[in-house]
Amino acid sequence: MSGSRLQQILSRGEFAVTAEAGPPRGANLEAVRRKGALLKDYVDAVNVTDNQTAIVRMCSMAACAHLHQMGIDPVLQMVTRDRNRIALQSDLMGAYSLGIRNVLCLSGDHQTFGSQPDAMNVFDIDSMNLAHAVKTMRDEGKDMSGFSLDAAPQFFVGAAENPFGDPFEYRVMRLAKKVAAGADFIQTQCVFDVKRFKDWMRQAHEQGLTEKVHILAGITPLKSARMAKYMATKVPGMRVPEQVLKRIEGVPKEKAAEEGLKMCLETIQEVRAISGVHGIHIMAVEWEEKVPELVKAAGLYPRPKVA
Amino acid sequence: MIVAEQKPIAEIKDIVAPYSRLLVLGCGTCVKTCFAGGEDEVATMASALRLAFKKDGKSIKVEELTVERQCEDEFIQQAAPCVARNHAVLSLACGVGVQMVASRFTRIPVLPGVNTTFMGQLEKPGLFVERCLGCGDCILDDFAGICPMSRCSKKLLNGPCGGSQNGKCEVSPDIDCAWQTIIERFKAFGQMDRLTRYYPPRNWSRSYAGGPRKLVREDHMV
Repeated sequence: MSGSRLQQILSRGEFAVTAEAGPPRGANLEAVRRKGALLKDYVDAVNVTDNQTAIVRMCSMAACAHLHQMGIDPVLQMVTRDRNRIALQSDLMGAYSLGIRNVLCLSGDHQTFGSQPDAMNVFDIDSMNLAHAVKTMRDEGKDMSGFSLDAAPQFFVGAAENPFGDPFEYRVMRLAKKVAAGADFIQTQCVFDVKRFKDWMRQAHEQGLTEKVHILAGITPLKSARMAKYMATKVPGMRVPEQVLKRIEGVPKEKAAEEGLKMCLETIQEVRAISGVHGIHIMAVEWEEKVPELVKAAGLYPRPKVA
Repeated sequence: MIVAEQKPIAEIKDIVAPYSRLLVLGCGTCVKTCFAGGEDEVATMASALRLAFKKDGKSIKVEELTVERQCEDEFIQQAAPCVARNHAVLSLACGVGVQMVASRFTRIPVLPGVNTTFMGQLEKPGLFVERCLGCGDCILDDFAGICPMSRCSKKLLNGPCGGSQNGKCEVSPDIDCAWQTIIERFKAFGQMDRLTRYYPPRNWSRSYAGGPRKLVREDHMV
């Protein structure tokens, strides 16, 4: 046991709820605390993104440490875009010493999407290698060089998967690789295309992966038709079906947010019914204040207690 | 081949401005093939510079020469008489050529006229694409002959990232997803099982990460 609240909930077989909180573009501690306070009682763990979309923000580790002080179980997101293996391993040790118990291993959005496209990227290792390194630290007590660590971090290892990326036939194979590499839990890309998600889950289930890894379906409430359109056309790897776009476009502008939340609740109920889905991961981009309402309306409140 | 493109004329003008006698030195190998620094480009560049400086009311004498290869000393030596007559050399070769010329002629500035971009191939007329990073440890056998180092924007070794859609890279719709191609090729060979294998982190010590590289061939040393 890593001491992760998320791990305890999932290993007890309870349906988990996590949410994403983007750190501020600055050193505003209050902004981190505000999001933490908002989410605290409504989710089991809070993911802190690592310079998402390659825009410089407060580092995930610091924000996670602040959340941990508030009694929240943070999920440290780590991308391999900005740091080499030396920095990543060092940060893992530091993060664990600060009380962080979950890590989500990612490769990261390419820097050309961000505010500083002139930057050099690193990609010394990939997300699969990172998951493997975190697992090896935990299970063998060794760093990537094979050196036995003085108190090796015992992380609950997460990875992302995108059932909506191509080539589809490879997506489950890649999930299997991530599980073999070390992933204990998976948080998926936002599910709008439930049909495709079901298809992916069915394949994962058939291959026996759903018994080996906890899959949390990514959930994003749509705020407006404009946001839906943006998600559909501008976000890499996202798939927003035509009927989803039509539905939110079909309501008056002032009713769009309400409709978006309704659609989101329907998606939550649909994914909950899929065998092998062990939780949801809510990514309410700069709309975190809606998370409590969503969790309550979905019948997922109160959250279970852990020791 | 090494692919390069000419620097903008305004930038070249700034670089050569301090000199009144200039040798524009072309290279007849890679940069000729990619239309950056062969005989034709040398002639065009020389004319453009003469014209540009004339317009500014400044006189500059520009001489033209193209050698077979600027990365081989025996060809560079042929330029010696021309170099001696000038105050600077504007080399239209790749970065290797520029430095090779500079190491032969130590008393004259050798200036770059092209940006050396990558090792690549001509995909179709007018289109050059990157194909090799020179990582020092070829792994093409593991990836169906498609290099994930030079062709995947994130150098991923264990499959496509979440941004691959409809065969295109998340970075640009102009970039084919290397992993889509790798998977299609393995499928065509009937070797999809090779994709299930976990690929460990790379040893970058043989790449530029290990510092400037040298290749020693004792059997060829005299």
